[in-house]
Amino acid sequence: MRPAVSVILFTVLSGAGLGLFALLTLVQIVGSASVLTPGMHLAAGMLALVLVAAGLVSSTFHLANPRNAWRALTRLRTSWLSREGVLALLFFPVALGHLAAVHLGWPGAWQTALGLAGVLLAWATLFSTGMIYACLKTIPQWNDRLVPAAYVASGHLSGALILLAFAAANHQATSAYVALVLVLLALTAAVKGAYYRKFAPANAGAHSLSSAIGMTAARSKLLDAGHTHGTFLTHEFAFQVGRERAKQLRGLFFVLSLFLPAAVIALGARDPSVLGMTALLCLAGLTVERWLFFAEAQHVVRLFHGQATV
Amino acid sequence: MKLGLVIDLDTCVGCHACAVACKEWNDGSKVTGPLPDYDARGAEPSGVWFNRIRHYEIGEYPASKTLNVPMSCMHCEDAACVTVCPTGASYKRSDGIVLVDPDKCMGCNYCSWACPYGARELDQNAGTMKKCTLCVDRIHNQDLPAAERQPACVLACPTHARMFGDFDDPASGVSAKVRERGGFGMLPELGYGPVNRYLPPRDPPVIDVDAQPTPQTGLLERLQALACELIRR
Repeated sequence: MRPAVSVILFTVLSGAGLGLFALLTLVQIVGSASVLTPGMHLAAGMLALVLVAAGLVSSTFHLANPRNAWRALTRLRTSWLSREGVLALLFFPVALGHLAAVHLGWPGAWQTALGLAGVLLAWATLFSTGMIYACLKTIPQWNDRLVPAAYVASGHLSGALILLAFAAANHQATSAYVALVLVLLALTAAVKGAYYRKFAPANAGAHSLSSAIGMTAARSKLLDAGHTHGTFLTHEFAFQVGRERAKQLRGLFFVLSLFLPAAVIALGARDPSVLGMTALLCLAGLTVERWLFFAEAQHVVRLFHGQATV
Repeated sequence: MKLGLVIDLDTCVGCHACAVACKEWNDGSKVTGPLPDYDARGAEPSGVWFNRIRHYEIGEYPASKTLNVPMSCMHCEDAACVTVCPTGASYKRSDGIVLVDPDKCMGCNYCSWACPYGARELDQNAGTMKKCTLCVDRIHNQDLPAAERQPACVLACPTHARMFGDFDDPASGVSAKVRERGGFGMLPELGYGPVNRYLPPRDPPVIDVDAQPTPQTGLLERLQALACELIRR
């Protein structure tokens, strides 16, 4: 699949924003010595909303006819894309309500109710984002339960790193946030590790050209694709990343998003600017991961263009 | 109703006449047209087509065969493109035809990702997704003579490799052909229930060239051979 920059930025930014809000709010609800001061809570919460909004705006750049974008909210009965949009839009007022409740000192029950509703909406939105891809049976590398798992895990990981930077800036006890980051680092590493093992380039696909064109008794190969230059199909689905390049980028993702935060934490760095930079580099790593998620995905239409298996 | 096409892979010669006829009719169609071309006379010509014909070699030379495979929308019974469409622009009619409403489409390409057959192409100029309409503005068009109420690709095919009809009717021509020839649908394992059927190449008896009787050589043939030989020298 051709990596679509606007969609990659959308999932990375929105994922971080939703993860940040969910963790921030859960810490606030559970309540402990680590809870941010109301001012810092508001700042972190607003950053989460800005990230989600930036992601959603970025996603509209993917549309060829954005005038009809509002119609994407009308098919939540069948379409995960529609569900994602509706849930993301529902998330905003609820999340804003929670932030207002905390900032203005509304009763605790209000804070908790709005906070929990916001967390559930954030989780549902993140899951829907993953399901946009995972529901497509035409792309084996996406049609897997590890895909929504990775979206949820990586969104929370980047959110947790941003939250850690806020906690350090707030001079709060950071140990709870550090523990959160470490758990999410392990989780993301496990999910993405399992994903890359499952979809290693050497693994042959389940669909073959021969069976697709019904000629299973003999070997089939493409003689002519019937077009002289590219088509919409080759533009969208023929994208190919070299195996070596993919390996390097996978390494870059693991270094930026997983090893680097682990190292920074292990070295005991608690400087907010260092932690903020670590969160930014984690987001850069996730952008690489998301680019690979597209680049390495192979649509079954490639069979008809001559690829033996997908 | 379950309208669709039968394509005979035995008789298709891969001439692309169906694709050209499709482009011609639908370019001027009020339902879906125009079908733009990009850089048509330049170095990188491209454009929107509803029907694409690909050519394959089956088996190894000399025991090989060329197979021409035209592909367009299969008008799936459980069309994933319709399921995933977030705007409701993609829809399935009661006669089985899958269409795009250009007034609702936001051009997100999601339906084209969901389609395994490459049947959907984005019109970059209009910003909307376009696809085969099964010539919905021909097949139900009372202004056309009854014999012409068929998709343009079917009418254009010089080898009659394309047939149009209702697969829900067991007595229809397409249903009979599929029964007789063992017609198959593409990528059934994905579960979208493609309606269009492909008839596999037939297996005609091999003509043994060596066993053919040698033609009698009369005086005329011998004189001709002599003349040819003289000319060659």
